[in-house]
Amino acid sequence: MAKLLGGIGSSHIPAIGVAMDKGLEQEPYWKSFFEAYPPVREWLYKQEPDIAVIFYNDHGLEFFHDRKPTFAIGAAEQYENADEGWGIAEIPPVTGETELSWHIVNHLVENDFDITICQEMKVDHGLTVPLTLMWPGHKYGHIKVIPVAINCERHPMPKPSRSFAFGKAIGDAIRSFAGDQKVVVFGTGGLSHQLDGQRAGFINKPFDLWCMEKMVDEPEAMTGFSNYELVEKAGAQGVELNMWLAMRGALEGEGKLQELHRSYHLPISNTGAGLQLLATAHAK
Amino acid sequence: MSQNNPIPGTYFMDGPAATKGYPLNKMCYSFNNAEARAEFLRDEEAYFDKFKLSEEQKEAVRKRDVIALLEAGGSIYYLAKFAGIFGLNVQDVGGLQTGMTTEEFKAFLVQQGELVHG
Repeated sequence: MAKLLGGIGSSHIPAIGVAMDKGLEQEPYWKSFFEAYPPVREWLYKQEPDIAVIFYNDHGLEFFHDRKPTFAIGAAEQYENADEGWGIAEIPPVTGETELSWHIVNHLVENDFDITICQEMKVDHGLTVPLTLMWPGHKYGHIKVIPVAINCERHPMPKPSRSFAFGKAIGDAIRSFAGDQKVVVFGTGGLSHQLDGQRAGFINKPFDLWCMEKMVDEPEAMTGFSNYELVEKAGAQGVELNMWLAMRGALEGEGKLQELHRSYHLPISNTGAGLQLLATAHAK
Repeated sequence: MSQNNPIPGTYFMDGPAATKGYPLNKMCYSFNNAEARAEFLRDEEAYFDKFKLSEEQKEAVRKRDVIALLEAGGSIYYLAKFAGIFGLNVQDVGGLQTGMTTEEFKAFLVQQGELVHG
């Protein structure tokens, strides 16, 4: 059976990608943010995962309001990135995977998650920035990626409880896949931030730190929130916590998790940027 | 939900806002394409008509008024693509919305780390 090695929560702020393009990692503004990543990378490289399931939200590259899925999953051999309009450099194609994707799709529909299935989809910074952070220099070609997009852009959005349950269903699907693949899950985005309105610039550090604490052993403390409450507590784009909850949901059923990394840096762009690594008993 | 308990300074991109903002957001979505950005810059008014913007939306775009764009149903994710045409990032846009310079807005972001919200 496929093995779930752990979950990683990471920011996906586009400015990070721009900073990496320009080689600004050692600049004072960026230094301590980037310094958080090597231990997580080292863990990842040691584990040698075959597949990464990445929960992210599309910000208007693949999906516009004309047809915007609530939950979408890719089942393709390859995913392209493209111009997002404001200057982040395009990255080379991301390697896909279809066998586990279709297995997950079947499991989800059988368990009442009627997702949108994409045999072709462009992936935006929500997916590419974390990938580039984990494998700098575009050295991610060997890892097979399954993109899972959650609508965090237009209300109504899936409730936190639902995103968590969705992640759990994907975790169950991975655990029931008849292969020997090693899988890691990513939740990208967040943490608190608000880009729009007179309230722009709102960040709630205590709430972010509380969420990262609860992520380890008590995720259900967060699943009771409505998205309205998340906007109140974490800003308009703080609803991206849903991706972290989906990642954490996938780890339910893995027993006790070991937290190997937790860090938080503020501000990066307009955001409180969190990084967290939760390993299962399958990890080396 | 958003209608009953508004959060000050926050524009919920919900169904009614998305309906109102559709032409504006569709225009800004087109800015993923470099040729579309160039076409907009060549003749803004003609570009508005291509996407059937309302008069309120046209006026907000002409004035580069971010708050008015939000009130006209603009989604920040698509407005960011519009701002990108002029080389503005989200700190610039944050400053424009809050009446601060970009530098003041950046300092404000740093201060957020010291605050305890209720």
